[in-house]
Amino acid sequence: MHRLPSSANRSLIAGALEQYQALVMRRKSQSVRQESVRFKTQGPIESYGLKRYSTREAAVAAKSKIREKTLTMETLNPQVKAVEYAVRGPIVMKADEIERCLREGGKQPFTEVIKANIGDAHAMGQQPITFLRQVVALCTFPELMDSPSFPEDAKQRAHRILQGCGGTSLGSYSASQGVECIRRDVAAYIEQRDQGVPSDYDNIYLTTGASDGIVSILRMLVSGQGPSRTGVMIPIPQYPLYSAALAEMAAVQVNYYLDEGNCWALDVNELHRAYQAAKEHCQPRVICIINPGNPTGQVQSRKCIEEVLHFAYEENLFVLSDEVYQDNVYASGCQFHSFKKVLYEMGPEYFNSVELASFHSTSKGYTGECGFRGGYMEVLNLDPEVKAQLLKLRSVQLCPPVSGQAAMDVIVNPPQPHEPSFASFQQEKAAVLGELAEKAKLTEEILNSVPGIHCNPVQGAMYAFPRLFIPPKAVEQATALGMKPDMLYCLRLLEETGICLVPGSGFGQRDGTYHFRMTILPSKDKLKVLLDKVRDFHIQFLKEYEGTVEAPQQ
Amino acid sequence: MNFRFWSVSRQVFGARHLISRPKMTENGILHPERVLTLDTMNPNVKRVEYAVRGPIVQRAAQIEKELKEGVKKPFTEVIRANIGDCHAMGQRPITFLRQVLALCTYPELLEDNKFPEDAKSRARRILQACGGGSIGSYSMSQGIELIRQDVARYIERRDGIPSNPDNIFLSAGASDGISTMLKILVSGEGSTRTGVMISIPQYPLYSAALADLGAVQINYYLDEANNWSMDVSELRRALAEARKHCAPRALCVINPGNPTGQVQSRKCIEEVIRFAAEENLFLMADEVYQDNVYAEGCKFHSFKKVLFEMGPKYSEKVELASFHSTSKCYMGECGFRGGYMELINLDPSVKAQLIKMVSVRLCPPVAGQALLDIVMNPPQPEEPSYPTYKKERTAVLDDLAEKAKMTEEIFNKVPGISCNPVQGAMYAFPRIELPQKAIEAAKEKGQVPDMFYCMRLLEEKGICLVPGSGFGQREGTFHFRMTILPPTEKLKVVLEKVKEFHLDFTAQYS
Repeated sequence: MHRLPSSANRSLIAGALEQYQALVMRRKSQSVRQESVRFKTQGPIESYGLKRYSTREAAVAAKSKIREKTLTMETLNPQVKAVEYAVRGPIVMKADEIERCLREGGKQPFTEVIKANIGDAHAMGQQPITFLRQVVALCTFPELMDSPSFPEDAKQRAHRILQGCGGTSLGSYSASQGVECIRRDVAAYIEQRDQGVPSDYDNIYLTTGASDGIVSILRMLVSGQGPSRTGVMIPIPQYPLYSAALAEMAAVQVNYYLDEGNCWALDVNELHRAYQAAKEHCQPRVICIINPGNPTGQVQSRKCIEEVLHFAYEENLFVLSDEVYQDNVYASGCQFHSFKKVLYEMGPEYFNSVELASFHSTSKGYTGECGFRGGYMEVLNLDPEVKAQLLKLRSVQLCPPVSGQAAMDVIVNPPQPHEPSFASFQQEKAAVLGELAEKAKLTEEILNSVPGIHCNPVQGAMYAFPRLFIPPKAVEQATALGMKPDMLYCLRLLEETGICLVPGSGFGQRDGTYHFRMTILPSKDKLKVLLDKVRDFHIQFLKEYEGTVEAPQQ
Repeated sequence: MNFRFWSVSRQVFGARHLISRPKMTENGILHPERVLTLDTMNPNVKRVEYAVRGPIVQRAAQIEKELKEGVKKPFTEVIRANIGDCHAMGQRPITFLRQVLALCTYPELLEDNKFPEDAKSRARRILQACGGGSIGSYSMSQGIELIRQDVARYIERRDGIPSNPDNIFLSAGASDGISTMLKILVSGEGSTRTGVMISIPQYPLYSAALADLGAVQINYYLDEANNWSMDVSELRRALAEARKHCAPRALCVINPGNPTGQVQSRKCIEEVIRFAAEENLFLMADEVYQDNVYAEGCKFHSFKKVLFEMGPKYSEKVELASFHSTSKCYMGECGFRGGYMELINLDPSVKAQLIKMVSVRLCPPVAGQALLDIVMNPPQPEEPSYPTYKKERTAVLDDLAEKAKMTEEIFNKVPGISCNPVQGAMYAFPRIELPQKAIEAAKEKGQVPDMFYCMRLLEEKGICLVPGSGFGQREGTFHFRMTILPPTEKLKVVLEKVKEFHLDFTAQYS
């Protein structure tokens, strides 16, 4: 049992868990064995169990003293209530709590929490790309332009970016669409990436990470009421930004399932099924694709992309293509194809009509600069009037962080072969990507050696999303606790080994299947330790609930 | 497929969707309409208006382009006095802030002896609080804990009232925090739909966010004749009227005022708090200009401080969110998108919802968080950077005070312009008399009269201001907002040009 630092935190975590419970419990009338099966971090009910410190009760208890609040769970925006975001959900809060406890000298069966819940490369020890940081530092403190320790190519880029900033300072607002010279660089980058497919910088919008762009476009698209309400097709499993944004906007989420038996491939028949089913109760107008896949790590084939685009064309769907992992492709035989390039190659009939928004970010790839919140989107075939509306909407938040825009510029305009920083830049980039490829392979191999775990190849992105066999007894117990079985699994894993993963239920999965998402970002040695611990835990877990070790049916 | 071929046909097709709908392809196949059009888009987004970056600013950008291309104009440059963008107007960054940020960005500089020790120690401290010691990692969604602690200490020093880091949320500029709070406040349908009271004139972020959320905007008017002060009887009037058709639940106050530049008295703040307590309103205090107070006898009082000085009857009761930012004051670091909000008496379960909500967007930009930390924790008298920091800070604020005074004085000399004292913030919001003929001419063009005025000013003098209608004003009155940020010499030129223009304009339409 460990001590918790402050009651505020305690009630917060209890609150988060309680909401989760309340959600599931509503459908369950009995709370069988709720008190007999408890987690270590929960503590005895008498001191601070979920029950006693339930925030709902706390509010009631306080009522005599405090007036009725204006903003309560009852009066809160109901759409906000409906939002769920597992990547930073209850399990991560619990991990933070345990970390704090460790720092304060509390005892745990492990010495550190390994957070493999989020694609946060630098937090996992990845080093920043030197050139990128040099340019941003020069932009931040231009007095460094005189310093001989900065290479000329970095200075040139910084100078150019500053020329694009009002008053030549990163501290001025940029145009809401982003600094113009950076948008030009983005367009040039896209043209080069897509082997000559034209890109117009007027169609480029710099954003606060890709999330910001995705939310903006979705916001534009959502309208109608009842059966005319906008439906948005998203993959299952998905990155929960999508479900969260749709819940917040009260749009209809239309699930299409990726084919786990086929390396998480996207199957057009499944798209048709989902579309037809959704048409009964909403108006499907949008399809979202994540390629390379998050959390599923697949890389879409060119043929498959073509099929999706054909489908979107036929059914008149707006396409959102989340391509933030475009540089993270590891498996041999796999290659990243941008939706835009494929659309172009399908001919003008498609290229001039399908409305497409594609997204990129500074947070992934080989740079992993999450904290800078840099990103861009490119829109294609957007109605000019709508474009004006989009610009207006974006202008209310003034502009994306300018240092993030500068970081984005370095990614789209890296050192060229004739420049002094080229060699070291290439070397750093290759080292990061080489290591990720190795870790992708290692993760798949070790996970597949565990009975009861099956992991598709991690072809790209930064995650493994293995399927878990969870014994029926464990499922029963989880149900009794009002918890999803894979949540129970991940919570126990966290409490017993200090490893923080996200349960598959946070991303969506076929009924009756269970998964978790883990990043492949920890350093190789740490990743090995992590995988070994997961293996030991899993075997122990099977033994405890099953008595035998049995492979799941694939 | 051959790329060269398509690039030719692209031009052919490129122009087509501007004119034809439904779209026809080259072999005459009918293709359905676009998915996303003005008719099918989110109607709330359509209703959003944001004048600070509206049509007049877009025209200004066009004119700038034309000037660059050599088009002859009666002026040689466009002066943008439409937005509080200090660095764009030539204000220099505070050296210490940028030193620490550069050190955080490129920690190799920690070895460089050109950087002062106090900058290095702050950078080390911030980096240690970042995952993997890098500002490239995500922070907690609420913001880096250490920085939230520094914010809490700053607030305690400012107010002499305890502040809890758990109540601090870092944000991407104040706008981000304000939009988030409004978002969680809005609920109900029809007559139970949330109403939010905002000042008129207001900073249009509020009206834009409310339109986007489909909330009911409740206007309360500031008293122009009384230095734009806030009047509780006006609050009561607005509330009573609004109760007939919506459920008023929040009251937004901007102090010092934007666009109106007034600084609220302590007494007035107290009255507003009492009103909010009586009427059960969630208070939102936008205090991003808290260091920008120029007029003698004026002083910034935070809503939180006043709330706590009013005793537990209020301080345990009134729900308050207050906002601050790195974009204004003496820093003017708009581009970094740094800011925070402090929440008082927020229901704990709502707080959990708020944390969930902000976590979907992962975290505010970490460089902006670092910048905020330095603002909260500036050089102390015993530290090596203190003299320079102090000097730079004072220079900026003194300069602003001087420009505030000058702006007011010059405007008030122009017949037909009357300008309240610019007590604080960064804007003048003078009232302009427009001749009846000008109002008619505007109507003919389908423009609001002050838009017509500002457009003409832009075309003739190259000065970009924002019409008062973008902020709201009493019917039949006309204003514009102008920043006092251009350097003194340039500001003088701007003011002279406005004066000339106003006289010509008045003469022309009389």
